[in-house]
Amino acid sequence: MEIPYTVHERPDTGLWNAKVGVWLFLASEVMLFGGLFSAYIFLRIGADYWPHHALNVPLGLTNTIVLITSSITMVLAWVSVKMRDFGQFRFWMSATLGCGCLFVVIKSIEYRDKFSHYGVVFRDEAAFRKYEPELSALGANIKTNTEGHGARLDRTPHFEIAGHLASGVTADAIELAPDRHEGGAKGGAHGGALRVALADVARWGVFAPRYSTYYAIYFTLTGLHALHVLGGMVVLFYFLVTGAKMFAADPEHLANRVEVGGLFWHFVDLVWIFLFPVLYLL
Amino acid sequence: MSGTGSIPAGHGGADGGGHPHARGSVWRTYVFSTDHKMIGIQYGLTSLVFMLLGFFLMLAMRWQLAYPGQPLPLIGKFFSPQNPFLPGGAMSPDLYNSFGAMHGTIMIFLGVVPLAFGAFGNYVVPLQIGAPDMAFPRINMASYHAYLWGGVLMLASFLVPGGAAKSGWTSYAPLASVADTRALAPSTVFHPVFNGQTMWLIAMVLLITSSLLGAVNFITTIIQLRAKGMSWMRLPFFVWAQLVTAFLLLLAFPPLEAAGIMQLMDRLAGTSFFVLSGLYVGGKLLEASGGGSPILWQHLFWFLGHPEVYVLILPGMGIVCEVIAVNSRKPIWGYRPLVLAAIAIGFLSFMVWAHHMYLTGMGSKVSTFFQTTTVLISVPSVIILTALLISLWGGAIRFTTPMLFAAAFIPMFGLGGLTGLPLAFNAIDLALHDTYYVIGHFHYVVAPGTIFALFAGIYHWYPKITGRRMSEFLGRVHFWPSLVCMNGIFLPMFLQGMAGVHRRWYDGGGTIANPTYELVRGAIHWNEFMSISAFLLAAAQVPFIVNLFVSLWRGERVGDNPWEATTLEWAAPTPPPHGNFAMPVEAHRGPYEYSVPGHERDFLPQWEAVKGSGT
Repeated sequence: MEIPYTVHERPDTGLWNAKVGVWLFLASEVMLFGGLFSAYIFLRIGADYWPHHALNVPLGLTNTIVLITSSITMVLAWVSVKMRDFGQFRFWMSATLGCGCLFVVIKSIEYRDKFSHYGVVFRDEAAFRKYEPELSALGANIKTNTEGHGARLDRTPHFEIAGHLASGVTADAIELAPDRHEGGAKGGAHGGALRVALADVARWGVFAPRYSTYYAIYFTLTGLHALHVLGGMVVLFYFLVTGAKMFAADPEHLANRVEVGGLFWHFVDLVWIFLFPVLYLL
Repeated sequence: MSGTGSIPAGHGGADGGGHPHARGSVWRTYVFSTDHKMIGIQYGLTSLVFMLLGFFLMLAMRWQLAYPGQPLPLIGKFFSPQNPFLPGGAMSPDLYNSFGAMHGTIMIFLGVVPLAFGAFGNYVVPLQIGAPDMAFPRINMASYHAYLWGGVLMLASFLVPGGAAKSGWTSYAPLASVADTRALAPSTVFHPVFNGQTMWLIAMVLLITSSLLGAVNFITTIIQLRAKGMSWMRLPFFVWAQLVTAFLLLLAFPPLEAAGIMQLMDRLAGTSFFVLSGLYVGGKLLEASGGGSPILWQHLFWFLGHPEVYVLILPGMGIVCEVIAVNSRKPIWGYRPLVLAAIAIGFLSFMVWAHHMYLTGMGSKVSTFFQTTTVLISVPSVIILTALLISLWGGAIRFTTPMLFAAAFIPMFGLGGLTGLPLAFNAIDLALHDTYYVIGHFHYVVAPGTIFALFAGIYHWYPKITGRRMSEFLGRVHFWPSLVCMNGIFLPMFLQGMAGVHRRWYDGGGTIANPTYELVRGAIHWNEFMSISAFLLAAAQVPFIVNLFVSLWRGERVGDNPWEATTLEWAAPTPPPHGNFAMPVEAHRGPYEYSVPGHERDFLPQWEAVKGSGT
């Protein structure tokens, strides 16, 4: 006995099996990312300091547009199969995969930037004040929770600078070319360097996950999302390569597959639409 | 053929209408099978082995509790005094902690859930709804293999330096974030990945993947592949129970997966999701950014952890319902309330998790909310238990072995449930938290509760799987000592808990002559009684294991419907071939039409078209 309703709908539910399956799977994915988003809220509420505009907004916005575009081409690929035009399907599916690749490349550039940029958190306010004149002379962008955007006077004071390593790290000091005000999140132009004694430093390092809970949740959320993008691309690539045979045998079956893969792809897109404001803008 | 003679023609085995068993290679048939019945059997045997192993871990711990510091019997003499885990044959504190964590993990995630959901669900659900297989057979296979390899990884963690995970089955942070690292145990050389706690996390991710695949498959199958006429209110209660269970697994497990990923990040990438600022480990300030929250772990863990309790119990309730209906020869009393209660349990179980966390100081408003929802969820549980109890009233009860286990389930689960009520209240829980009272409470729910239900299920469906009945004599030799010994172990736990015996004391509170804590002097003597009960319980499982295998050859041969039951699995040939049914089945009526007035037989199967004297 064959398993029924693999391609055509069951009359009373109006659904074929894989469509039910993928919606259930997406429900569990909502809970997975929901768990991480609630962790984000939990950590942010309890944090002494939460960085603002630490990421490159133009790149993030570009990636948002890239993913939304890929969702449109995905629908067009599905419509092409429904219209029984395999050439069109191949074109739009390739475009979708191209957008996916572009997204991953841009994300990699962002990641690389974080791993080559250094942050220094001062041990306390007294330690920071020692360097304050020198820092203002350099026009350094000082991140703090005592004044300006995101000030939280109920929390332990936090003073932090970021920049590129000037000459490096010795046993007792770190030499940093700090990012300036105008440079924005990415830094851009660097002026002179500053020597900070490690005795005045609570912690320092590249903006890896271990740097702070913000970068921990940033890398975990976007890393898991990137894995979903890659996983989706593997599936879509498989449909692109093997689709011709199934299109010849049972085009409706291929249309169903593309629909299911597309639902997943739209979900991944949707997760990014939440990630972008939460991590880049808020 | 014996049985009833009322089954559609062509049921005589593999020569029926369905595909014969896909007889490819041995690998395709037994290891990489896509047939739901073979996968069910794989799940069943694997989980029984894991359960036995989890039980042995506990026996070693019970020895240590009853006779602290004394060499283990039988195997103790093989260990030198220098052995790090068993110095001179006696358990080290680390090994005790390890066994404690792994007992919980193995019993829940590798034993009971795979048996209740993976094994019974896989084997029985498609048959009961009249489906040829699960909706996604290959995903089903992947689900079993993810489970198997998760289990193997979990076991392998016993062999790495430092041994298996030791932070309890709950893996509370920040202990679990630094466990099995140099920060906590400077003298041991730990592998960054292959150490107890990290392997626990990776294995859990595999197990969560397995139940996710299973849950998607179960729900799709039940929605899509019901046979003609099998409307929602004609589903056997077992199927409803499995459907709700699948939803719980689908939606409650992913947050734990998220938490597991975050703890992996803490351990592998040095993040501080669950590491608070200024944490001292081993007398030294931990090198970490800090800013994380151990309470976050607890929230995410118990968001799974509480629905998981109902994942453990709902399939058991489903099995008991089937067995009671068949053996009391009566329709189940209150089928519709049963179904609604199961659904209500499913919804409410997502809103009670923080009752595990009263001691964290969440604040009285939050505690009050969770106290209220927790008390609320007892209502549907009581509805289910009451319906099962009333179903016995006036029945012509057949005291078969499955019926004995199912009947014992009711008072045993009742005890577990009633002793949970005090724990629901914040004020009382503050005193009882982490004592043996809690251990007694949830073991009454899971051990003589769910596990008895699972035994009932094994005895009940064994004839369908093998074509032979298990020995009734050995079944009784299994049942009665098990019932007595279970109570011998768990009843004194309530006394100990109320006296204040803590669940994690490695020496069980000391010896009677020399108690660690004066407070518990009056309750320590129970340790020996409980441990001896546990050893006798182990002996009582021997007849079951013998029965399980010997009945394959010696059991009484039976036909397709040996219990004279009404649900669709008994319409299939025995054992059911690939594709299950010899001819298309159709459900003509509800699942429990027993003793319908005006019929010559006392059961009216779902698959029989209307006939007989009454209609």
